[in-house]
Amino acid sequence: MIYLSSITRMFQMGDQEVRALNGINLKIASGEYVSIMGPSGSGKSTLLNIIGLLDRADIGRYELDGNDVTSLSEIEQARARREKIGFVFQSFHLVPRLTAAENIELPLMLDGVLPARRKLRVKEALLEFNLSDRAQHRPAEMSGGQQQRTAIARATILRPTIILADEPTGNIDHRNGAEVIALLEGLHHAGTTLIIVTHDQELGARANRHIAMRDGKIMSDGKSVLK
Amino acid sequence: MRLRDTLYLSLKAVASYRTRSLLIVLAMAVGVAAVIILTALGDGARRYVTNQFSSIGTNLIVVIPGRAETAGGFPGAAVGQTPRDLTLEDANALAHLPQVRRYAPLNIGVAELSAASRLREVTVLGSTAELLPIRHMELAQGGFLTRGSGRSAQILLGAKLAREFFPQGNVIGQRVRLGDRRFLVSGVLKFQGESMGHNTDEIVIIPINYAQALFNTSSLFRILVEARSRSDIVFAKEAILDILKQRHDGEEDITVITQDAVLATFDRILRALTLGVAGIAAISLAVAGILVMNVMLVAVSQRTSEIGLLKAIGSPSSDIHHLFLAEALWLSFTGGVLGFFLGQFGSLLIRLAYPQLPAWPPTWASLAGVTIAFVTGLLASLLPAARAARLNPVQALNAK
Repeated sequence: MIYLSSITRMFQMGDQEVRALNGINLKIASGEYVSIMGPSGSGKSTLLNIIGLLDRADIGRYELDGNDVTSLSEIEQARARREKIGFVFQSFHLVPRLTAAENIELPLMLDGVLPARRKLRVKEALLEFNLSDRAQHRPAEMSGGQQQRTAIARATILRPTIILADEPTGNIDHRNGAEVIALLEGLHHAGTTLIIVTHDQELGARANRHIAMRDGKIMSDGKSVLK
Repeated sequence: MRLRDTLYLSLKAVASYRTRSLLIVLAMAVGVAAVIILTALGDGARRYVTNQFSSIGTNLIVVIPGRAETAGGFPGAAVGQTPRDLTLEDANALAHLPQVRRYAPLNIGVAELSAASRLREVTVLGSTAELLPIRHMELAQGGFLTRGSGRSAQILLGAKLAREFFPQGNVIGQRVRLGDRRFLVSGVLKFQGESMGHNTDEIVIIPINYAQALFNTSSLFRILVEARSRSDIVFAKEAILDILKQRHDGEEDITVITQDAVLATFDRILRALTLGVAGIAAISLAVAGILVMNVMLVAVSQRTSEIGLLKAIGSPSSDIHHLFLAEALWLSFTGGVLGFFLGQFGSLLIRLAYPQLPAWPPTWASLAGVTIAFVTGLLASLLPAARAARLNPVQALNAK
């Protein structure tokens, strides 16, 4: 469960103060499939960063699974990200010198999982995401679709309850995009909360709940329209 | 993150920038090798000098006329400027001291040696038979000034002179002329080569009274004294000062130098020189450290987006800090180890090229070289690692 109350995030642009998020109230239940859409600068990525504990609100309260995470320490935030949240990025963000298997293994390393157990988990993930034949390939040796599948495998290797995807199909062709969407939706069907930020109307429409943003505010949420 | 994984990931990063890493490792290695080789040279020179000093005698005490305060310079540096000369009687007075094993009065001069229609200038030592054991000189043949024969006109030739003047080898019993006096060759010194700048193969030794007559002097250049044991040196020195003060009407107008003191002085000077040279070499390690810092700062800016990713997937700042520290440590450790072996190899080459110079790198220098490399690398990486750890994850992820 994600609960945001009066979340405001401000940035200083020269001598002007810009409110990227302006009093956001939002509740997302576990297992929901939500798309956040809006024009550039509407605040959707900032909202995703705050939900993903990569950024902090200047004003407001954030509860994650019933716990107040508004003012967690840097170490506690990192642990919460590791345990509960998986990120999927438009540009994949794979480490270029590591193989696909090693990229998938990274979160397990950060979590201190023993090597033998890591190998087993990575092997399962490679099978699950159809990457077994690419295990020892570096990102530069893989297609965009394969790279994004690797990134999704990495995002899910620690079995997070929330997947945050920022334009997950933005850098891949239609066929690979469909494959990636199918994988993400498969995770949602397995019970994971899936939040996708996108400009793509078709992709946004697939979600069960649609949030539209403009100027740091939620303009619409599902079928209801907020003032 | 486990230490093993930190080391593995950082090693992967170092290996992925091969040329850059190689250059840094090389810079570190050259710095460490310079410390080791220069220290080996300095320490080798120190050991060479102390060995040379040790070879001129054992438990040696040198009595010099004059004192630094009265002579206005190095005592006895200019004969005749001292207020009172050392005499043979002064030397003979030392014979009764219980701490003295043996003593030898000494005069030095230059004279022309001629024999068998050959003529050359030679250094002349005037002394007694005790000079040979005191100065660790050995005879190849014959003898010299057996007790009671001090007044006979005997001469001892250096090995090279004997070969030059009497190439047939029949030396003992030959007559030679030194200055305007005739001498009978009673012995030949063994080849010894140079020692403390003196070539003992090209000297002649004659009885002290003949030397004084030859150089028309009643004074002595030095008195060489051998103490009975190392522990007797200090007491012998005090006793010599006492007895000669008494003989010189209560005036302390001599200087007594012990071999230990000279050795200790040289040892101190050369040790300081070695440390100085090692310090200069260590500056190159500091330069290498700055290179490491530069490379690590470049690495942080090149891998900003990767740092953002690590933060996004749950890496705390401390893990990122450790990753960059470990990278710098890999570079400096590899450089240190490579430098250690380069230094050992360089020292070996010096020993092979100059066998008389014991250029063995001291253990402390090798350890210090590698440790300084390690610490320099660590210190140089603190700033880049802290900068990486402080990066804002959102900004880092969006970095190009």
